[in-house]
Amino acid sequence: MARMKFLCDAERCIECNGCVTACMNEHDMPWGVSRRRVVTINDGVPGERSVSVACMHCSDAPCMAVCPTDCFYKTEEGVVLHNKDACIGCGYCFFACPFGAPQFPNGPAAFGARGKMDKCTFCAGGPEENGSKAEQEKYGRNRLAEGKLPLCAEMCSTKALLAGDAAVVSDIFRERVLRRGKANDVAWGWATAYGKPEQAAPAAKGEAK
Amino acid sequence: MKKALCAALTATFALAACGEYSQVANYKPGSYSGKSDTRPWEGGQFAGNKQAWEAALANRNQAQNEYKRAQ
Repeated sequence: MARMKFLCDAERCIECNGCVTACMNEHDMPWGVSRRRVVTINDGVPGERSVSVACMHCSDAPCMAVCPTDCFYKTEEGVVLHNKDACIGCGYCFFACPFGAPQFPNGPAAFGARGKMDKCTFCAGGPEENGSKAEQEKYGRNRLAEGKLPLCAEMCSTKALLAGDAAVVSDIFRERVLRRGKANDVAWGWATAYGKPEQAAPAAKGEAK
Repeated sequence: MKKALCAALTATFALAACGEYSQVANYKPGSYSGKSDTRPWEGGQFAGNKQAWEAALANRNQAQNEYKRAQ
């Protein structure tokens, strides 16, 4: 059985926020709740790196461990989901999560006023009938039941964000890293993300001279 | 006799706080007891055909590899 994971290639992420927009649109997210966001390290400095972050569907998820109402469960595919009917909005999961994945519709409010926790579902919905109206309203669209991968990854223009079976995703990434090789003295940019400068077309090389 | 009794009582109360008890909370891993979720291939377009669902997902997985798409 597949074990679903996300993998973000920091060399390729161009901080376009397409994944964030796709996620918000697909799941009709309320204002202020963002299941996915793009984090940029050293923003504006040459060599900056961006990573798209959401729930990483941990193998040993801390949110599951701390939840006082045990509203979390893990599917056979390794996707961490939760039952919003049992969530009391205590925020323990938010403090436990190392990725800041849990979101609350009413923002940083007092206990009991934050609303039900919301997080990335790997586009797998929740404990409602697959593809039902109730599932769409509470958890967003269930793309996994439609045989599709999360929209954030499928929409990614540079294919920086990969999603799916961990073994397959890591194979794709491994092949990519081997093909692009080490980018010599180029610290970042096209060569690092897509290949060595000598792999470029010879005509383009001549023009540069 | 009174003095001894008084000393014994005082010692009992005074040393009562010196007992050492484990203050570590025993963590009991909780188990999900909410509504059960249907598996992705159950119902909908796959109607319980797990192989078809896995094939559809594997196809989508490989579509992310642009080196294979370009060939």
